[in-house]
Amino acid sequence: MVPLLFSTGVLLLGGFAALLSGKRRRWASAFGAGGAVLGCAAGLAPAVSAALGAPSQALRFAWPLPGASLSVGLDPISGFFLIPTLLLSALAAVYGIGYLRDSKKPAGPAWFHFNVLVASMMLVLLARNGILFLIAWETMALSSFFLVVFEDEKAAAREAGWVYLVATHLGGAFLLVMFVLLASSAGSYDFSSWERLPMSPAFAGLVFIFAVIGFGTKAGFLPLHVWLPEAHPAAPSHVSAVMSGVMIKTGIYGLVRFHAMLGSPPQSGPLFLAIGLTSGILGVLFALAQHDLKRLLAYHSVENIGIISLGLGLGMTGVTCGSPALAVLGFGGGLLHVMNHAIFKGLLFMGAGSIQHATGLREMDHLGGLLKRMPWTGSTFLVGAAAISGLPPLNGFVSEFLLYLGAFMSAVGARSPATAAPGLAALAGLALIGGLASACFAKAFGIVFLGEPRSSRAEQAHESGAAMLVPMALLAAACVLIGLLPWLVIGAMGPLLASVTHLPAAEVTPVLAEAAAILRWVAAAAGVLIAAVLMLAGVRRALLSGRRVETAVTWDCGYAFPTARMQYTASSFAQPLLAFFSPFLRTRERKAGLQGHFPGASSWASETGDTYRELIFEPLFGGCRRLLGRLRGLQEGRMQIYVLYVGLALVALLIWTLGAGQ
Amino acid sequence: MIRALLPPAVGLAASPLLFAVINRTKAFFAGRRGPPLLQPYFDLWKLLQKGATYSRTTTWVFRAGPVVGLACSATALLLLPWGNLPALVAFPGDFVLFAYLLSVGRFFTVLAALDTGSSFEGMGASREVFFSALSEPALFLGLAAVAVRTRTLCLSEMVGAISPSAWAAEGPSLVLVCAALFAVLLAENARIPVDDPTTHLELTMIHEVMVLDHSGPDLAFIQWGAAVKLWLFGSLLVGLAVPVRTGDAWLDGAAFAAGMLAVAVLVGVVESCMARVRLVRVPVLILGAAALTVVALVLVVR
Repeated sequence: MVPLLFSTGVLLLGGFAALLSGKRRRWASAFGAGGAVLGCAAGLAPAVSAALGAPSQALRFAWPLPGASLSVGLDPISGFFLIPTLLLSALAAVYGIGYLRDSKKPAGPAWFHFNVLVASMMLVLLARNGILFLIAWETMALSSFFLVVFEDEKAAAREAGWVYLVATHLGGAFLLVMFVLLASSAGSYDFSSWERLPMSPAFAGLVFIFAVIGFGTKAGFLPLHVWLPEAHPAAPSHVSAVMSGVMIKTGIYGLVRFHAMLGSPPQSGPLFLAIGLTSGILGVLFALAQHDLKRLLAYHSVENIGIISLGLGLGMTGVTCGSPALAVLGFGGGLLHVMNHAIFKGLLFMGAGSIQHATGLREMDHLGGLLKRMPWTGSTFLVGAAAISGLPPLNGFVSEFLLYLGAFMSAVGARSPATAAPGLAALAGLALIGGLASACFAKAFGIVFLGEPRSSRAEQAHESGAAMLVPMALLAAACVLIGLLPWLVIGAMGPLLASVTHLPAAEVTPVLAEAAAILRWVAAAAGVLIAAVLMLAGVRRALLSGRRVETAVTWDCGYAFPTARMQYTASSFAQPLLAFFSPFLRTRERKAGLQGHFPGASSWASETGDTYRELIFEPLFGGCRRLLGRLRGLQEGRMQIYVLYVGLALVALLIWTLGAGQ
Repeated sequence: MIRALLPPAVGLAASPLLFAVINRTKAFFAGRRGPPLLQPYFDLWKLLQKGATYSRTTTWVFRAGPVVGLACSATALLLLPWGNLPALVAFPGDFVLFAYLLSVGRFFTVLAALDTGSSFEGMGASREVFFSALSEPALFLGLAAVAVRTRTLCLSEMVGAISPSAWAAEGPSLVLVCAALFAVLLAENARIPVDDPTTHLELTMIHEVMVLDHSGPDLAFIQWGAAVKLWLFGSLLVGLAVPVRTGDAWLDGAAFAAGMLAVAVLVGVVESCMARVRLVRVPVLILGAAALTVVALVLVVR
């Protein structure tokens, strides 16, 4: 426990030192990144040992704030979520040194907010008191808000920050109400007093709904995801990596923590499955429709949160219907996906940042041919793209495989169509999500890195420096490592799953042992695949050695003057899929030109806005604004009117006190 | 061990024969004699002898595409059982790995196509990912129906449990699953009515247009990989449709071979009697297959 508090202290100290170093960019980076790396490294060992089942620890100090106490604790759940948080934050800090080097903005505040963000995420995971949790939650929201508006000279960044601020506070408001409800029932804000709190079904349902909305806004459940595609692209890329890789997972942490603490109503399994299916499928569809690489990645976070909640849904179903195997596989797959998504999404956002750093572009249709110019960024991005598509032998496949196993198991074990339907829906949904995700990342990697450059900036791209490449290479290595040694990872998740599901270790261990045995087979097949690839590559090399190997232009059907603009673009690649799913997407197309007998230049553009933002939130907030705008009549601006208001208020108060006195 | 290695080895060696049988069937319908049965082998041999030409645009991804594609299909062979004979690699959920291995091959084929920067190949890649994203749920739901019926998650046990009595008890649902699997087979292997492997008009093709720029040994790997993929789906279909489980290796093997022959002839008959459907209609075909599997599931889950 103490090393973790020390680690938060180092983070904050580094942040303040960076803030005070003013215009000296090198000092700011050294203090900020140094503090972040040191702090994260110091916290990693206790986090890992807690996740592996070291005895839970807790510390409690009094705090004069009403209801609050400085109560922190470390158990397998906190430890497990801390691991990706600390690892990714440290790597993002190293990456940030390179990323911020050429920025014109002062680096001090950026590092201060970054370190505060990491420290507050740690505190969210450690807090064992409602007030402390909310304060850490709010600090996390505010520090990330300041990072989103880092480039505040851009109107898009300010707009994104505004959307994020509103969304996160609405979510926070639901959490506040939920905490007050729980505290009024338990008589204290300490989590220890909420443990297994006896609640009436209606009250439990209310608390549960507030938790889903409050935490779901942070996690990005559809339709509460609207802030994600705005905020993630606007932030600097190392911050996007942390926000998308680990910060949104604090929402998942909240749900898992409250599930472990309070249990969940019986309807929660199907509800989470429904949330997972909608977020997963629509998230990946919206991602397919994007032209901006970072926006595409942000929508993929919605998709992956969907996959994670499919896991939570399967796990809760397992707990409700008393099937330890389903509970362990569901929660195990979902939580492993939390870790995996942190790794590959961090990697992909860093890759997108590296591209933006090299070309100044995020529009996929202006990029192309970058693999030749940025071989390391390209190769690591390819690993991340294959991993997020759930392809073996990488880590994404392992967690999705566990979810498939759980879904098949619940379908096979079902005795009636009604009990089989959730598992089957999860199954078909996972298959569809997997296919669409690999389509989307074939598009992202293929259009950005392959073919010919579509603009001069892409043509002049250069590889990024070591500070940016080393973190990416480490994350790519982690993708491969978890993919090749999955049984070790799943075998180590016993204590975590026992404390999430409240099942005795004797019931969790056999399921995990069986899953580990299955994953050994998966890893063996992955080994065979790698061996087969190497062997065939050797055969191909041997066959071609000594033969004539020529280079020529791409086959162009006899057309003699191909240009880079004739290539398939991201928009054209996704068009058939988008046309098929158009009822969900509402893509707008603008055509111009090709009129009259001698048409001039023509143009075509497409844009897919966020349907939920346009159909739900904009009318809702517009309505609120109009309604509240009516109150403006009260604000005359003349002093006499305000004096009149004061007088009227005093008279009203007088009448009230007199009435109360009698 | 030797016995278990036999099916993958036979699959690797005999899969090009399927193309020969399909071509012979089509020639029969057209009133021609058709190429000799060993023609696919002659083609592969010829290509393996050649040098190669690469586009200046391409990178190592283009060269990796055929290698990874064939390696994935070959690895997937290890997961497929032969009637009673379990696969070399058999574990609960092995068919998920089976499907995802094919996805890896497809992912790299698509990237190799995009690597050329050709709009034709981009077009093929775009269609390939679209149709495969739709056919994956159909495949999984079909296998789920069999899994629910046989109460196991292991492909070898699922196929091993198919017997004449299983067909007698669950005939309708198995027919539906087999029909859906056949449609998935046609879609995944780029056969008519989804794709026309013999057309020379790039604009209308899917799989063939993705590999326009490959030549020499690379093209041989691609064609062999395509043959193995057809073999994979064919043996999955035969495993469910031909319930001969006598325990006599020769008899079972003969039944399996006859089944594969029948599948190849059936593909040839479909290609001879049907036109390729318009591309916008292909999703309807695949979703139709998915609908069949859902009906099968409704029949099975009781």
